[in-house]
Amino acid sequence: MPEDGGRPGVWERWAGRCSGRPAIEGLLDPKLLNKKTRQMRSPTPILMLLVLTLATLLAPRLALADDAAFTAAAAQLGTDDFATKEEGVRKVLELRHAGSKPLLAALLDGRVFVRTADQHVFIVTSADADPLELIEPVTQKSAGTGKSEDFSKITTNNRLRKTLRGAIASFDLADSDPKVRSASVKELLRTLDEDTIALLREQLTKEKVPRVRAEIEAGLAVADLQSPDAKTRLMAVKTLENSLNSDAYNALASMATPAADGSYTESDLDVRNAAGAAMRKIQGKRSLYAGLETLFFGLSLGSVLVLAAIGLAITFGVMGVINMAHGELMMLGAYCAYVMQLLMPNHIGASIIVAIPVAFVVSGLVGILIERGIVRFLYGRPLETLLATFGVSLILQQVVRDIFTANNRPVETPQWMSGSLEINEAFSITYNRLYVVIFTLAVFFLIQLILKKTTLGLKVRAVAQNRPMARAMGVRAEWIDALTFGLGSGIAGVAGVALSQLTNVGPNLGQQYIVDSFMVVVFGGVGNLWGTLIGGMSLGVVNKILEPYSGAVLAKILVLVFLILFIQRKPRGLFPQKGRAAEN
Amino acid sequence: MGHIEQFLPRPLRGDTGGQVMFAVLIFTVVLVALLNLAVPASSSLHLSTYAVTLIGKYLTYALLAVAVDLVWGYCGILSLGHAAFFALGGYAMGMYLMRQIGARGVYGNPELPDFMVFLNYKELPWFWHGFDMFWFAMLMVILVPGVLAFVFGWFAFRSRVTGVYLSIITQALTYALLLAFFRNDMGFGGNNGLTDFKDLLGFPLQRDGMRVILMAISALALALGYLACRYIVTSRAGRVVEAVRDAESRTRFIGYSVESYKLWLFVFSAVLAGIAGALYVPQVGIINPSEFSPINSIEVVIWVAVGGRGVLYGAVAGAILVNYAKTVFTGALPEFWLYALGALFALVTLFLPRGVVGLWRAKRVEA
Repeated sequence: MPEDGGRPGVWERWAGRCSGRPAIEGLLDPKLLNKKTRQMRSPTPILMLLVLTLATLLAPRLALADDAAFTAAAAQLGTDDFATKEEGVRKVLELRHAGSKPLLAALLDGRVFVRTADQHVFIVTSADADPLELIEPVTQKSAGTGKSEDFSKITTNNRLRKTLRGAIASFDLADSDPKVRSASVKELLRTLDEDTIALLREQLTKEKVPRVRAEIEAGLAVADLQSPDAKTRLMAVKTLENSLNSDAYNALASMATPAADGSYTESDLDVRNAAGAAMRKIQGKRSLYAGLETLFFGLSLGSVLVLAAIGLAITFGVMGVINMAHGELMMLGAYCAYVMQLLMPNHIGASIIVAIPVAFVVSGLVGILIERGIVRFLYGRPLETLLATFGVSLILQQVVRDIFTANNRPVETPQWMSGSLEINEAFSITYNRLYVVIFTLAVFFLIQLILKKTTLGLKVRAVAQNRPMARAMGVRAEWIDALTFGLGSGIAGVAGVALSQLTNVGPNLGQQYIVDSFMVVVFGGVGNLWGTLIGGMSLGVVNKILEPYSGAVLAKILVLVFLILFIQRKPRGLFPQKGRAAEN
Repeated sequence: MGHIEQFLPRPLRGDTGGQVMFAVLIFTVVLVALLNLAVPASSSLHLSTYAVTLIGKYLTYALLAVAVDLVWGYCGILSLGHAAFFALGGYAMGMYLMRQIGARGVYGNPELPDFMVFLNYKELPWFWHGFDMFWFAMLMVILVPGVLAFVFGWFAFRSRVTGVYLSIITQALTYALLLAFFRNDMGFGGNNGLTDFKDLLGFPLQRDGMRVILMAISALALALGYLACRYIVTSRAGRVVEAVRDAESRTRFIGYSVESYKLWLFVFSAVLAGIAGALYVPQVGIINPSEFSPINSIEVVIWVAVGGRGVLYGAVAGAILVNYAKTVFTGALPEFWLYALGALFALVTLFLPRGVVGLWRAKRVEA
């Protein structure tokens, strides 16, 4: 506000009233304007009239007064002097002409040109094209093309761009979408002066959505903290108490803490104390939300670990087979997501859904192939299985390298997975992480359902517990082995699809997870899916809690060291199997 | 043969394979030295210094393989982290070699190695002190892997972590070390590791004769390591160790302290691996964190599996065979090497559980 001292904004508001547009009337309501503005207003009408007449004279061709004023204002943009340009911007804004917003937006983009011959202003579709495709600002219709040498671009400076952004935001305030309104409020709060304050106060009377209301209130209260009246300041502090806005926090903190020489910027003791109390309250809330955020990050990291480990928990935990190619089966799943995206380039959102069953089948079949080809000859010799499947993992890596090259492949994130869910200003959750957590839980409970409620699950458990007895009961143990291995491998593929949304898809994707996923399975307790879930989640959370203190890599090392020590204390994991099965 | 056997060291008596290996080893060293040093470079019989270095590298790998075979083949401990001990030995040697560079580095700092100057270290970290003395560095080559193996083994074997679980935590151990050594602020050169070595004990590493000498020392180390392992496995303790492999609980119930046998064998094996690493570094000229990567450890296991586990000269044969194949393949058909290695893993475990040496032995039994 102080930097704009003495600018001619008020005249244009008056001009706006002349044009009879209702949108800006609120601006002029004396009750809503603060005192200072009202004082500035009084001496200007005559001057304004002069300017308006001048403007009208400059654009005599247009019949409608509205359009005339708009064109006059637009013409002002074409001058070389930035102060005049800014004046022009303000006029264009106050007019609320249908062409105002497109013109201002184009100016911000650097797409407004002036014809050298007659100083007429045009919008162009692209600033780099030659000939330029012209658009008439008043009608928003095409005005043919023109050689670029006949035109010169209207340049902007930092200050003008700031004004422009604020001006465009004020248009968005009237938008029907609360998100657009909220964004425009944020933009306006960045360029706070009496105009925007008035605009926001007016919006406050109309705004129905509580979140946008709270944003406006907080923003206005921050502005009120500068008020000379101690009571207003105190009220503002009380309002800000419940805000999580970092600007509000910083403003309060600067009021409550003494400067280097022990003096306070805030003179009133009551206000200062209130600001201190509010600051501590906000601090407490913010650390609570920071904690929640860490917890959520931990859970999402844990979900990735669980996803990676859960297939392994089946092959290793239920069958007792070490499958070192597990990571590569996940990699195959991730590549399935990539291939599906190539096949359906116009339906990225759907391709990821289709990729889930595809990845399950592809990885599952490869898994069955591994079981039939190698693993079944090595039952009861876990160390040999480990080596043989490691060989398979090397071959799979090379196959992928030969087909897709060794470079990482980009897998696009569908629209519905990008962005974040903003719960409040201090706490937001990105959708892709949220979906991974949900997806992991869904996969987990699906597997539980398969193992506990289906015939296949019954047979799998029977073979795992007592092979000869299951065979005696007529279960085809060999067949069940292959299916169980296929199930575990298929889940790895599904995990790969999820991973494709979080990390780079490349031939080494699997290797990054193999050590981690084994640790999760062993930590949770072999043969116990619940153990895997809880183990993976808690490792994820511990990792994220450690990270701020030690850095990401050291956190990982600490967790690994902890796991090595833990396994040595409790070799059977968190939740060891009990009863007869544990004897093996 | 009987007459000659009297003059052989006791562990070699009755070990035909070992005797053959020793003969080949001595023959190779003499031949390589002659072909490289005595034959002029223009002759077609001349052996390039590159080839000498390669042979020296294979010999250090062979020593590492012997160390792994000792614990895996004789005691049933499948360590997927032995390359970690190898790399630690290598780093200890690398630190000595870095200190030897002195003021000849790019930055010319007499005290700090180049990477420390680059990373704005003000003074030498405490764990770098002493590495300017050769004897101290050699002590560390033995102590660092040994102490790590002791601490790790002490925890693991006492709490009876066995089989696959042990394999997985050894893998986690080397993985954790990999991550740690990649960090710049660990003070070990980060992902670039230690390199640009100039000389060892005052002899420049780049001189031709030096390569032959290093190769010969590697051969000597392999021979001594082999003899030591052979001594252990033919001793009474060696029998107990084999009993642990075949029936751990039974050995324990008979009254042997299974943990101590396993622990000391593991520590000895780690020390051997560390010595192999220390010999590897001056020949290759670099040590970096990728030596810790889990795949390296698993590759060592496959050398032993190919050669024939439970037979010490089998490990030597396997290491040299697989690495020679790797050199040939990665030179001629680089994309084919992983297929070959992968197939080797699968086929050897499926069809050759006793390795190449097993084939030969089976033939002898038939005959």
